[in-house]
Amino acid sequence: MANCIVNYGFSSFILFVWMAINIFLFVWFYFFYDLGPQFFYTRHILGSALAWARAPAAVLNFNCMLILLPVCRNLLSLLRGSFVRCSRTMRKQLDKNLTFHKLVAYMIGLMTAVHTIAHLFNLERYNNSRQGVYDELSTALSDLADTENTTYLNPIRITNLIPTYFGFTSIAGLTGVVITLALILIITSSMEVIRRSYFEVFWYTHHLFIIFFAGLVFHGAGRIVRSQQRTNPPHNTTFCKDRPDDWGEIPECPIPQFAGGFPQTWMWVIGPMVIYICERLVRFVRYMQSVRYKKIVMRPSKVLELQLIKNGFKMEVGQYVFVNCPAISQLEWHPFTMTSAPEEDFFSIHIRSAGDWTDKLIDIMKKVPEGAEGPKLGVDGPFGTASEDVFDYEVSMLIGAGIGVTPFASILKSIWYKFKDSDPKLRTRKIYFYWLCRETHAFEWFADLLQVLEKEMEERGMGDFLTYKLYLTGWDQSHATHVMVHFDKDTDVVTGLKQKTHYGRPIWDKEFEQVRKENPTSIVGTFLCGPEALGKVLEKKCAKYSDVDPRKTRFYFNKENF
Amino acid sequence: MGKIEWAMWANEQALASGLILLTGGIVGVAGQFRGWQFAAYAVAAGVFVCLLEYPRSKRAKGTSVERTGQYCFTVCVKAFGPLTRNYYVRAFLHAAICVPGGFMLATVLGCVCLGIASLIYLAAAIRGEHWEPILPRKEIRKPVGESIKNPPQNPPPRPPPEMRRKQAGDLEKSAYDNPMSVTDDE
Repeated sequence: MANCIVNYGFSSFILFVWMAINIFLFVWFYFFYDLGPQFFYTRHILGSALAWARAPAAVLNFNCMLILLPVCRNLLSLLRGSFVRCSRTMRKQLDKNLTFHKLVAYMIGLMTAVHTIAHLFNLERYNNSRQGVYDELSTALSDLADTENTTYLNPIRITNLIPTYFGFTSIAGLTGVVITLALILIITSSMEVIRRSYFEVFWYTHHLFIIFFAGLVFHGAGRIVRSQQRTNPPHNTTFCKDRPDDWGEIPECPIPQFAGGFPQTWMWVIGPMVIYICERLVRFVRYMQSVRYKKIVMRPSKVLELQLIKNGFKMEVGQYVFVNCPAISQLEWHPFTMTSAPEEDFFSIHIRSAGDWTDKLIDIMKKVPEGAEGPKLGVDGPFGTASEDVFDYEVSMLIGAGIGVTPFASILKSIWYKFKDSDPKLRTRKIYFYWLCRETHAFEWFADLLQVLEKEMEERGMGDFLTYKLYLTGWDQSHATHVMVHFDKDTDVVTGLKQKTHYGRPIWDKEFEQVRKENPTSIVGTFLCGPEALGKVLEKKCAKYSDVDPRKTRFYFNKENF
Repeated sequence: MGKIEWAMWANEQALASGLILLTGGIVGVAGQFRGWQFAAYAVAAGVFVCLLEYPRSKRAKGTSVERTGQYCFTVCVKAFGPLTRNYYVRAFLHAAICVPGGFMLATVLGCVCLGIASLIYLAAAIRGEHWEPILPRKEIRKPVGESIKNPPQNPPPRPPPEMRRKQAGDLEKSAYDNPMSVTDDE
């Protein structure tokens, strides 16, 4: 339990504040509309459905304001930079931006449902009231027309209407249907199954949010939620509600006047919309900046390495960039972690064949002749992720699964450079590196790097700075036989490295125990780039092996995922 | 977008439409709205669509992720054979089901969503996709090698027992060296 607080405390606090604001808005506006005297006559026709429609509307305003903010990656990058002097926990929250975006989206979906259902009741009741189905007071109220000295309450002005007709001819109704439809399409195409398999469908359909926000801003323009205005002399509802026939004839009951509520949604969303437009402009400007090729290398296992140069490009370890190739698709930007170190004069990315876009890119690059420039590329970034923090921890555990090792390639290279320059800024004393991979031939480009590091460390006598363990999870009988035969060779048969390859998955309990034993008083940062399932396992182990006592070992889990 | 299986998105959209149609229908009936008969129809139609769309199809390429507890639905849907396998049938079925929903405001959203799902299914059908049930895989035992059926009849040749017994007097000759190291911290 205590470990939970250490690891999840701040996120829970943010969620608690968000939920509290939602509940507050809902309850406040519910009672505003359910008890407010200016809505007495409105409520007479509509009942509590009025409040049930307006309360989620307020929550929707708040959440539609919030939803654009977590996806402004340049803004978040800026915020991250300014938090450099703040605590580690603050910066970790910005990693959870996508989780928050989804949560807000769910809330929007839920509130839309409540809002729509309540308004269905409202429309039905207004329509019935207009046709004289309800009591005398309702009919009298609905008859009030929009002339020189009367104003209407019931937005349905014709007597032989069906609700569907009103739904599609009023501003609120039409915009409501259109934006709800857009929302449903966005949600169904954002389901995990679709998003992971066909990113393009998800990305293009998601742009329906433009229609969503456009409709949302105009949704209240019709001002159909009407409240009673003050008249001179005042209209006493308690006295006059039983005498609709006498309105305008006796002094206590002048004809009641109504006016629609001022549309407020635009006030909530205009700020974030402007911020988002700026975000897209920044991305566009970055796209226009020229990117030159230094080298194109085809690696085994359909991995492409691109070494690129861009003016004024500054990166930190483990950051990622978004890459766009107009020759393949104008609108698509795909994220890739950089595999080069900041000390180099170029930046490189390793791209694995994983779908339509990457396959096409690899095909195009294969056809580029030796030494020539490749197709025009746009690069947006760099954007920071958790890996930036690795040098802040005295002890770090780096875990990369398959191609997820890429941010760590950047880190290890950077270590190598820092060692060569004896950089005093290096706070890290010890690094444990775990690479899990299924097949042997994907090792090659990384094995070269490890070999060089191994040699360097031996030369400088820094053997135990970096401890790395390689796990081959896709072994079979032939592998085992091969290893048995070459058992007593000095270097590993698979990678040629001094440290032997392990087979199967790591036993995390043993690993964490070992790290804890070797570093009894440190704060250990655990970094993962790999599948969700592994992330959950590691998160649990971090919580399990952390001590609440700040003098003893504590494990902090950082996840990077796309 | 060459590799996309449209049916997967159509399935999500249709399932969502079924739920929306169902909800709209319940609201219409519970509130006794004008034209509530259409709402009652929408309840039945919504339930039917949900039941039909709940079991996910097996993907042509890649791993298929089942929905929780979809096995019984898979069996039911599979029982209709070509009617449920073919996406043209589904496209026209959804188009037909959605029409009565358009007559009442509460169900019109479900109607439009189902119509869109029908269009996506049509696209899937044109591309030649079809519904495949996800069934649990039967474990196939690897065939055992031939030699295991014929164990050797005789023991391997050994020197006579006098030579095999350890000579207590001669320690050098009776010591036994392992050809491979048997400790594991090498």
